[in-house]
Amino acid sequence: MQEVTEQKKEYVPTIVAFCCNWCSYAGADLAGSSRLTYPANVKIIRVPCSCRVNPMFVLKAFQRGADGVILCGCHPGDCHYVTGNYYTRRRMSLLFSFLNYMGIEKERTRVEWVSAAEGAKFSAVMNDFAKKINELGENKRLQDLRVKEERDE
Amino acid sequence: MQRIGVFICWCGSNIAATVDVERVSEAIKSEPGVVFSANYQYMCSENGQQLLRNAIKEYHLTGVVVGSCSPRMHEATFRKAAEAEGLNPYMVEIANIREHCSWIHKDREEATEKAIILVRTAIAKVKLNAPLTAGESPVTKRALVIGGGIAGIQAALDIAEAGFEVDIVEKNPTIGGRMAQLDKTFPTLDCAACILTPKMVDCAQSDKIDILTYSEVEDVKGFVGNFKVKIRRKARFVDETKCTGCKICMDNCPSKKGLNEFNMNLNNRPAIYIPFAQAIPNVAVIDPEQCLKLKSGKCGLCQKKCGVGAIDYTMTDKIIEREYGAIVVATGFRPINIDKFNEYGYSENKDVITSLELERLMNAAGPTNGVLLRPSDNTHPKVITFIQCVGSRDLTDCGKPYCSKICCMYTAKHAMLIREKYPDTEVHVFYIDVRCPGKNYDEFYRRACEQYGVDYIKGMVGKVYNQNGKLMVQGSNLIENEQVTIPSDLVVLATAIEPEPSVRKIATLLTASIDTNNFLTEAHPKLKPVESPTAGVYLAGVCQGPKDIPETVSQASACAAKVIGLLVKDSLKTNPCVAQSDESMCNGCSQCANVCAYGAITYIDKEFRLGGGKTETRRVAYVNPAVCQGCGACTVTCPSGAMDLKGFASKQIMSEVEEICRK
Ligand SMILES: Cc1cc2nc3c(=O)[nH]c(=O)nc-3n(C[C@H](O)[C@H](O)[C@H](O)COP(=O)(O)OP(=O)(O)OC[C@H]3O[C@@H](n4cnc5c(N)ncnc54)[C@H](O)[C@@H]3O)c2cc1C
Ligand code: SF4
Ligand code: SF4
Repeated sequence: MQEVTEQKKEYVPTIVAFCCNWCSYAGADLAGSSRLTYPANVKIIRVPCSCRVNPMFVLKAFQRGADGVILCGCHPGDCHYVTGNYYTRRRMSLLFSFLNYMGIEKERTRVEWVSAAEGAKFSAVMNDFAKKINELGENKRLQDLRVKEERDE
Repeated sequence: MQRIGVFICWCGSNIAATVDVERVSEAIKSEPGVVFSANYQYMCSENGQQLLRNAIKEYHLTGVVVGSCSPRMHEATFRKAAEAEGLNPYMVEIANIREHCSWIHKDREEATEKAIILVRTAIAKVKLNAPLTAGESPVTKRALVIGGGIAGIQAALDIAEAGFEVDIVEKNPTIGGRMAQLDKTFPTLDCAACILTPKMVDCAQSDKIDILTYSEVEDVKGFVGNFKVKIRRKARFVDETKCTGCKICMDNCPSKKGLNEFNMNLNNRPAIYIPFAQAIPNVAVIDPEQCLKLKSGKCGLCQKKCGVGAIDYTMTDKIIEREYGAIVVATGFRPINIDKFNEYGYSENKDVITSLELERLMNAAGPTNGVLLRPSDNTHPKVITFIQCVGSRDLTDCGKPYCSKICCMYTAKHAMLIREKYPDTEVHVFYIDVRCPGKNYDEFYRRACEQYGVDYIKGMVGKVYNQNGKLMVQGSNLIENEQVTIPSDLVVLATAIEPEPSVRKIATLLTASIDTNNFLTEAHPKLKPVESPTAGVYLAGVCQGPKDIPETVSQASACAAKVIGLLVKDSLKTNPCVAQSDESMCNGCSQCANVCAYGAITYIDKEFRLGGGKTETRRVAYVNPAVCQGCGACTVTCPSGAMDLKGFASKQIMSEVEEICRK
């Protein structure tokens, strides 16, 4: 028991955050200019719209050892591209339940709507998500695949 | 071989205080492909940009990464600097190490580590960047306005005023729209014709405006700046260039049974007619359903009587083709059909009328010459009851879920006008809520209650029935908490409005989207309220949502400003970060076009060489770069992985993911 908890403490999970250019990336910028902190293991990738995120990107992240993946887009009805975030919502809920079925817990994946004015929300969401991922610890589910790929390379 | 240059900005102490910039540029030096790595106090300054330009020249850089503030701040700055040195601007990527790093992390060690990863991620991406060039497409300096109501008229006048040519395509024989049918208008009670007809005349007299009445849009091809439109000019059987509007034909026509649409079918008109006295163009039109000559070959009286020989029974529809740079949709509305509302007895009782019918009955040019007489027996109604929200805010399938917005105000208007003209008339209004926001609007409504003695009753009407020639209006009075029955002579239904149904066809032709109520959708509900999601297509008036004349006119002028802004350009620069499908992988499945909100994707037949001299023709997706907005929705939908987005290609994002996850 003792050992396990100790291990968890040392481990720093990797979190990939996809942010749409118009709302959430700007929200993250606002979190920055308002100096609202969140853990450094959250790393942001900028995409034009949350609907640009292919399920393959999420799979790739987990396969490469990410422990959590979060997508952030404009609020429903506010999408810069009118309907993009609706596609995101539909696609991702399907993907996430599929991943859950494969053993990547639902809590490791998330879609959040963060507007360009919601710097505080961005930081709160990332703090909360990082906390959840910390609790869950390392994602070992796709480890076999990782090993195999390294051998192939 | 890639030659990447990396520049880490200190941003004074904004970055340098938390991120060890020296360590970052040192760590990056050993990255494969990196030939230059430096850090500088202010990269965005003159000197910083010069540092970047010098390095591009000296080290023959093929790609640049700047670790600095958000790309939303200075991406354009660094791209410009690179371009000035001959490097394609899209070969520059920004690693956001300020907003996303130094400003939010306190631990220097942690922040420095993260900055290194972010810069490495940007390097991984830039290695896969391809030079991109913004395309250019020419602009046809002419606008099309579909619908000649007050919205279309105002938009056309404003566009013409700026010196551009405009065509108004109107399906009816005259322009003017619904406003031409109104009597007086709130909130100032000036007569609709007095303020509308001068604008109609201005349209006719403008040498920039071409009015194509009795015409409809048949087909639309092309995209922003370059629309090709086919217009059907329906056969009018009267030569527009000859007819003088003398009305001799109307007086002589023996077939007088046609329903007068302009008067809401309250009276009849001849088979050859001019809709109303101030019609523009003031030219007759033959209703082929009513014309004896066209139906049976017998008659031909009007042709004999016409002094200028304008009548031509052999006329047929003509299709003309024109080119436009921009299109304004202003197709307006109609009152909904209320036959299904049995409770109000509209179809059984002649004296239950809609508000638009009332407008005609009060209009000096209407069927009763402006004397308010009830339709059943042409007597003065002594008790008039109005019912608001008929079919509005109604969740049954007879009605509409939305608020029609104009009814509270025009009912107050009607009530006041009647009380003013016929002070002995008793006026009751059943309402659910009275909604009168707007400048001088609530005051207007209060005047109706307080000065004109209109009896407002909060409550719904359950039933209207005829008892010994009286219309009994049975409803609840929620404030007194009692049931009331008002014996009335005339009942006026403030009927919900809905978009003119032909808007569906227009929307399909333009790939403009419509909502569940058939209103056209704007590109952004707050920030792009007059643009449709289809570039180059703009929305004015009630076709976009219920609104009154002042709002319609504002929207129309806003549309005109957008159109003028487009037409002054000789060519359009297009965003190069657009989708593109790999034709060799595409199987023409049509999935991508289904998700594109902008109608950017079409399908073309393309010939492929199979080897051995054989060829095969396949249907493949084609993305029009002038129309694509670069969201990427299609790229994810494509089952064959053929569709990709330039500047945000799947490979690029994958490599970013890999880099972040690199342990
Ligand atoms: C009873 C009543 C009273 C009102 N009173 C007032 C008032 O007092 N004050 C006020 O501010 N507002 C009033 N309004 C609202 C006012 O009528 C509208 O705001 C205004 O008419 C909207 O103008 P529009 O140009 O958008 O639409 P419309 O007036 O409907 O014009 C649309 C035009 O487009 C044409 N068209 C439609 N489809 C096509 C097609 N496919 N191809 C070509 N042409 C097409 C139509 O024939 C029409 O000419 C009232 C409305 C009603 C119903
Ligand atoms: S990227 Fe978006 S706008 Fe462009 S073609 Fe694909 S779906 Fe349409
Ligand atoms: S979804 Fe893909 S395969 Fe299907 S038509 Fe579009 S590009 Fe071609």
